[in-house]
Amino acid sequence: MNPVNYLQILQLAAPETIVTLTVLVVLGADVTVLRGKSIAARFNVGALLSILGCASAALLAFTRHTEVNLFNGLLVVSPSSDFVKVALLALTVFTILISTSGKFTDHVGEYLSLILLGTIGLMFLVSTEDLLMVFISLEFASLALYILTAFNKHNEKSAEAALKYFLFGGMSAAFLLFGFSLLYGISGSTNLREIALGIAGKGYDPLLLVALVTTVIGFGFKVAAVPFHLWAPDAYEGAPTPSAAFIGSGSKVASFYILAKIFTLGFVGAEGSAAYHNFLSGWMPVIAIVAALSMVLGNLTAIVQSSVKRILAYSAIAHAGYMLLGVLSNTPLSASAMMFYVITYALTTIGAFGVVMVVEDATGGDAIKNFNGLSKRAPGLSLCLLVFLLSLGGIPPLAGFIGKFFLFSAVVSAGANLGLLWLVILAIAMSAVSFYYYLRVLKAAYVEDAAAEAPAIKVPLLTFLALVLLALLVILFGCAPGLLTQYL
Amino acid sequence: MLAWTIYITFFGVLVLMLLPRDNARAARIVALLTAIAGCVVAFVGAIQQTNPGDVTTIVKVPWIPSIGANYYLAADGISLVLVVLTGLAAVSGILFSWNIEKRTKEFFAFYLALIGGVYGVFLSFDVLLLFVFYELTIIPKYFLIARWGSTRKEYGAMKLALYSFVGSHLVLIGLIAAWVVAKGQLGHASLDLIELSKVAFPIAFQHWVFPLVFVGFAILAGMWPFHTWAPTGHVAAPTAGSMLLAGVVMKLGAYGCLRVAMVMFPEGVRMWQGEIACLAVAGIVYGAGVALVQRDFKFVIGYSSVSHMGFVLLGLATLNTIGLNGAVLQMFSHGIIAGLLFGVVGRMVYDRTHTRDFNDLETMQLGKMLPFAGVTFVIAGIASMGLPGFSGFVAEFQVLMGAWTVFPKLTILSGVGILIGVAYTLRAVQKGFYSDAPPKPVDHDHPLEPISMPERFGAVMLIGASLIIGLFPGLLMNWIEPCFISPLSMFARLLVKGGSQ
Repeated sequence: MNPVNYLQILQLAAPETIVTLTVLVVLGADVTVLRGKSIAARFNVGALLSILGCASAALLAFTRHTEVNLFNGLLVVSPSSDFVKVALLALTVFTILISTSGKFTDHVGEYLSLILLGTIGLMFLVSTEDLLMVFISLEFASLALYILTAFNKHNEKSAEAALKYFLFGGMSAAFLLFGFSLLYGISGSTNLREIALGIAGKGYDPLLLVALVTTVIGFGFKVAAVPFHLWAPDAYEGAPTPSAAFIGSGSKVASFYILAKIFTLGFVGAEGSAAYHNFLSGWMPVIAIVAALSMVLGNLTAIVQSSVKRILAYSAIAHAGYMLLGVLSNTPLSASAMMFYVITYALTTIGAFGVVMVVEDATGGDAIKNFNGLSKRAPGLSLCLLVFLLSLGGIPPLAGFIGKFFLFSAVVSAGANLGLLWLVILAIAMSAVSFYYYLRVLKAAYVEDAAAEAPAIKVPLLTFLALVLLALLVILFGCAPGLLTQYL
Repeated sequence: MLAWTIYITFFGVLVLMLLPRDNARAARIVALLTAIAGCVVAFVGAIQQTNPGDVTTIVKVPWIPSIGANYYLAADGISLVLVVLTGLAAVSGILFSWNIEKRTKEFFAFYLALIGGVYGVFLSFDVLLLFVFYELTIIPKYFLIARWGSTRKEYGAMKLALYSFVGSHLVLIGLIAAWVVAKGQLGHASLDLIELSKVAFPIAFQHWVFPLVFVGFAILAGMWPFHTWAPTGHVAAPTAGSMLLAGVVMKLGAYGCLRVAMVMFPEGVRMWQGEIACLAVAGIVYGAGVALVQRDFKFVIGYSSVSHMGFVLLGLATLNTIGLNGAVLQMFSHGIIAGLLFGVVGRMVYDRTHTRDFNDLETMQLGKMLPFAGVTFVIAGIASMGLPGFSGFVAEFQVLMGAWTVFPKLTILSGVGILIGVAYTLRAVQKGFYSDAPPKPVDHDHPLEPISMPERFGAVMLIGASLIIGLFPGLLMNWIEPCFISPLSMFARLLVKGGSQ
């Protein structure tokens, strides 16, 4: 075995290292210099430091063009993983920007550093091809997310949500570990490519099927796909809004990237088929069922919700269903379409949560009726909400529409003889349903009148800046998707 | 040149958004100037186009190369007709909504956004671009009705939005499937309508994909039995909203049927021709029959729209030159006449009397109180019945001639629809304006406000348009006919077999 070259590891993991240093700086500054200052000041300075750190890490990841595979896939750096890291860092920056106006905690330094720690976990998650590393970084990120969910100590719901999320998360980790151990047992390796070689030619070993299903279950929890979604609505509703935004965006992007990698690299030969009239056992039909259930249940359940955060949670479940279609069609085209979809979805969803947070702070709740008359009370904010929700609903020319077009056309191209068309028809039908509940929120904002004495809502500057930027990005990626697809 | 209709209109939206909130007057003027500018550009651009039979490219630049999408705006004769119609409808709609006082600037911003999307649909020759503009119109429609509408406005608005969205999603399924198949045949991804109009899709594929796309568009054209959004939507909408819905939005659906569904899947049309014609005639007769028994003045016009759009669909189903000519001309004619009818009922009558119930209107002697409204409605009614001299006659006559050669029995049945049309129009004229019922004592403290100048302008403009086309149909036929006659046009495949020519 070659001697370990620590300098090389440090060099390859430089973006992660920078973010780690940022965590220390933010924490240090918060307990020393910023001690005794107002929460707003601590948030602003802490956010500035974190953003500087994230920006330099992103710059580094964006400008280097290395392709290295270290320790047999433990650490893999490629332009594509680097770009996903840039996206993750950008999402973190936006999450931090919208959290600066938060009033849910006075532990500012801890909150910001937990977000950054979560980001580090996710960054390692996307740059590995080894099951051990996948598991470790996934758990690392998840731990940060559990704590972030519980961060509002004044709200019982926050604690309940965190406990629920933690218990479900723990169970999913157990499933994942079980599946991974079986895979190791079958193939004798934890490296995805070697696993593929190891399981080749073994046919449909029952053990392999168990491994496959438990892996799907484990990741099903992480991405909140039906029937493993039960934690999501409560966690989204109870968590402090920026934490919910982070769970719904950054962690989704990384989870889908690695999920696609595990199945397309590790389970070669065990694909099976999800084509209409031609179901063959393998991982594709399993994911097809999970995807179909998520799309149907997520969208139908969202219709009857009255809390906007819960609507966003169920819409997240539905969107996970669409994204799984990108995983199961397993072509380079569909992989890049899925990443486009996930990234634009993540941007949109942070924006939507940001608007919800401002409205919640001003009106004391996130029910649809709290949005009444928003277009009059905060015209700029409600315009942002319009862009985000219409993009989630898939109205052109916003990013959500073009993402759906990319994704669905890639899925249909993937199956021979339009075999996967049935899934796309289901997806499109369900997306027509989804339009209804997004429109309900927009109706409150634009059609209903606010109570007569309702004053104008004052939107915190940094948050508003972030929201406008996000809305512009959503429009930009919708009108000129080439700006993003060239990297995917 | 024509592309500026889109840009000017969206620029108007931007200007309106930047105006101060309380200045209703400025908002009206900006909106009117924008619409007039768009209308003038549409006219001049249309006249400048020397060869309406061919597709003249306005702009074509790569948009999303990976899926073969271009930013491709172009126009042939059919686009020209509909762009001019949109210009006229936009201006007259603003003239008829001069009295909007509640959140005026937002009203006109949504209004112009809708118009901009409509121009975009009529000028797009890239399927994805067309689809983008098509869906772009849904949101303004919803807010216009839900915010500024009347009777059951939220229900009507949501129904319209959901019907439109479901329809466009049916189209989307078909387009994605067609994109994949075309990619296999062409060897490269393409969304260019002209290129797609040359792809020979497998017959079995066309058999199921054509009805999907056609129905998806036809929902918006008010095809029976998917028409139910139309009466409720028209009634719920504010006057300008119903004028646009009937005037141009329903045309979007019919245009999509012709330009996308029929051009891409000619074999599919031939397989489903009979069924489409049956549904079209069902719409003609059913719409007319239901219009005959309404008590609400606006519902009469709403159902008459369903009936008249049936002629457009019947014309499309004939697949011969005369029928298709008639269908396109009927789109124009109905856009003008329905706009006028809704203007009279919504603005001139309802905004003044606050009732649309015939039982109330009968006692009001509106023919005497509002003579201008009465005369306008009579003229519009005559035009709507299809009497010679107005555009409706030329259009419906051609549709029936075209249909006679293909579906003689259905043609006779649709003749019955025309007769009922005469009946419900006369009934509306009589009950609405010239009733013998004993008049209610006139309330001298609150006299009906006289018909304003903007309304007069709008009414005269629309009557003039219908009259000119009725007397000189050649003005538009010179644009429409070459599109169908030229053997090189994108419609050539459609007319090769089964046509009467």
